[in-house]
Amino acid sequence: MTSDAFLNRLVALLPGARPFPLEDARGEAVIVVERDAVASALRTLRDHPETQFEQLSDLTAVDYLGRTPRFEVIYQLYSVALNHRLRVKVPVPDDDPVVPSASGIWKSANWAEREAWDMFGIRFEGHPDLRRILMYPEFQGHPLRKDYPLNHRQPLVPERDPIARPWFPRNGPH
Amino acid sequence: MPTAPGSVTPRRLAEADPTNEVMEIQMGPSHPASHGTIKFNLRLDGETIVDVDVEIGYLHRGFEKMCEQGTWNHVFPYADRLNYASPILNNVGFALAVEKLAGVTVPERCQYIRVIGGEISRLTDHLTCLGMAANEVGAISAGFYMLEAREFLYDLVEAITGARLTVTYCRLGGVMKDLPADMAERTRFALKQVRRIVTDCDRLLSRNRIFFDRMRGIGQISREDALSYGLTGPLLRATGVSYDVRKAQPYLVYDRMAFSVPTGTEGDNYDRFMVRMAEIEQAMRIIEQALLQIPEGPIVITDPRYFLPPKGEVYTSIEGLMNHFKLVIEGQKVPPGEVYVATEGGNGELGFYLVSDGSGRPYRVRVRPPSFYGMAALGAMLEGHMLADIITTFGQINMIGGECDH
Repeated sequence: MTSDAFLNRLVALLPGARPFPLEDARGEAVIVVERDAVASALRTLRDHPETQFEQLSDLTAVDYLGRTPRFEVIYQLYSVALNHRLRVKVPVPDDDPVVPSASGIWKSANWAEREAWDMFGIRFEGHPDLRRILMYPEFQGHPLRKDYPLNHRQPLVPERDPIARPWFPRNGPH
Repeated sequence: MPTAPGSVTPRRLAEADPTNEVMEIQMGPSHPASHGTIKFNLRLDGETIVDVDVEIGYLHRGFEKMCEQGTWNHVFPYADRLNYASPILNNVGFALAVEKLAGVTVPERCQYIRVIGGEISRLTDHLTCLGMAANEVGAISAGFYMLEAREFLYDLVEAITGARLTVTYCRLGGVMKDLPADMAERTRFALKQVRRIVTDCDRLLSRNRIFFDRMRGIGQISREDALSYGLTGPLLRATGVSYDVRKAQPYLVYDRMAFSVPTGTEGDNYDRFMVRMAEIEQAMRIIEQALLQIPEGPIVITDPRYFLPPKGEVYTSIEGLMNHFKLVIEGQKVPPGEVYVATEGGNGELGFYLVSDGSGRPYRVRVRPPSFYGMAALGAMLEGHMLADIITTFGQINMIGGECDH
């Protein structure tokens, strides 16, 4: 199936989805899904026999500072069974940067969403354990945002007593 | 014997017994048995792992932020330092992504050179991983033999790129320089040595009782979980899924190469080890075929928008000088758009998601590091196993700090 036909089929399948211009994506299949519809759309994409995206290859975000809505959360999907890829883009506004978590759909979303939270400050609703992953807990700000200065200095943090204040939650699943 | 109400019940006995206590231990971030700066927050019942929380990020250098500061070509040195066990593969992956974004195709000879360089990198990556895997369970000699094999390949890499590790070999639209004239001869020699050593190590390890017992059934993951965790490369192929980007969605000239995709059945450490062992031979097959097929011709594109003019023109003509100046100062103006290009890295699908806004600098560079997702699955692989199994499982994930923590 060509990307064009595939996109039309997806848009018919998923409410709240629209195709992204093929020339801007250099021929890759990309759809834009509204935030309210993304949870059901991702589940459909995993389970529908025509899509079968068993893998969330990657999840990340882009900060389009100055544009409304400011952020985009990007899902890279791959289907091993049907050998095709799809990118799902979800626009996220600056004043309410929340997206439903995909960690119940693909396990790889767990760490990827933690990274997106760490780097962009986008919260994932329903994530079991949303804490920083690459930065330390006392880090202030979200470094991959475009308004985070490159040479910004972080304040010194006091030494943390790992027994009194463990970095990982004591009870409950990790 | 009946007990009086309020006396010791079995449950309270269990609580009072100190051997039932779940012990919390922080292993790392600088542990002699783990190659890489990583911390395991463990909860142990005796030596059995109840729960493990993997803490990464100790090698975070802000790769993605740094990439947004320079031009597209400035990314290549950073890309070397992602997976420093296979730098050329990272170079090739990024080059393919940005070339797709720019809409250029490199000449055929360059494509072959990238395949050859990339497969040599894959060999060094696998040899490092397997040698260290043997080393960590006590087979130090096998570890050193594999490093010896890697030395022969590093000699090749040095002959091609001029550097052993931080190669910065690719450019947008080509590679830095051509293969040396005696490349075929050098490669024949190096691969002969590698084959000899890998055969030795295979005899030392693959059917070794101690090694087998340490690897078989350890760190197992089911096919469904492997897919759901986003595992790719040898980790996924060990579960029996025959997914290799070079076969599934061929790039460069991989569709002209005859090679097979080795798979396992159990999805445990032993299968991961054997898949990598088999891939070493396949990578050598690809190098040999590519050296036979490689045509003569240019190794770079001549598009003045993207590639520097020859030095002679820069020194003798005003157009050449201006072209050089504009490319160096302003960078290549890649048209606005976005791409995600996946290539088969040493540890799995190495993807680059690039966004260009039409200026000379990348708007967003996102790397999809295969070992990041491997590390995410480590907790699930380890539950119920012994403390010492962390080392073998972690070794087979082949976490490369530079790539995992980008």
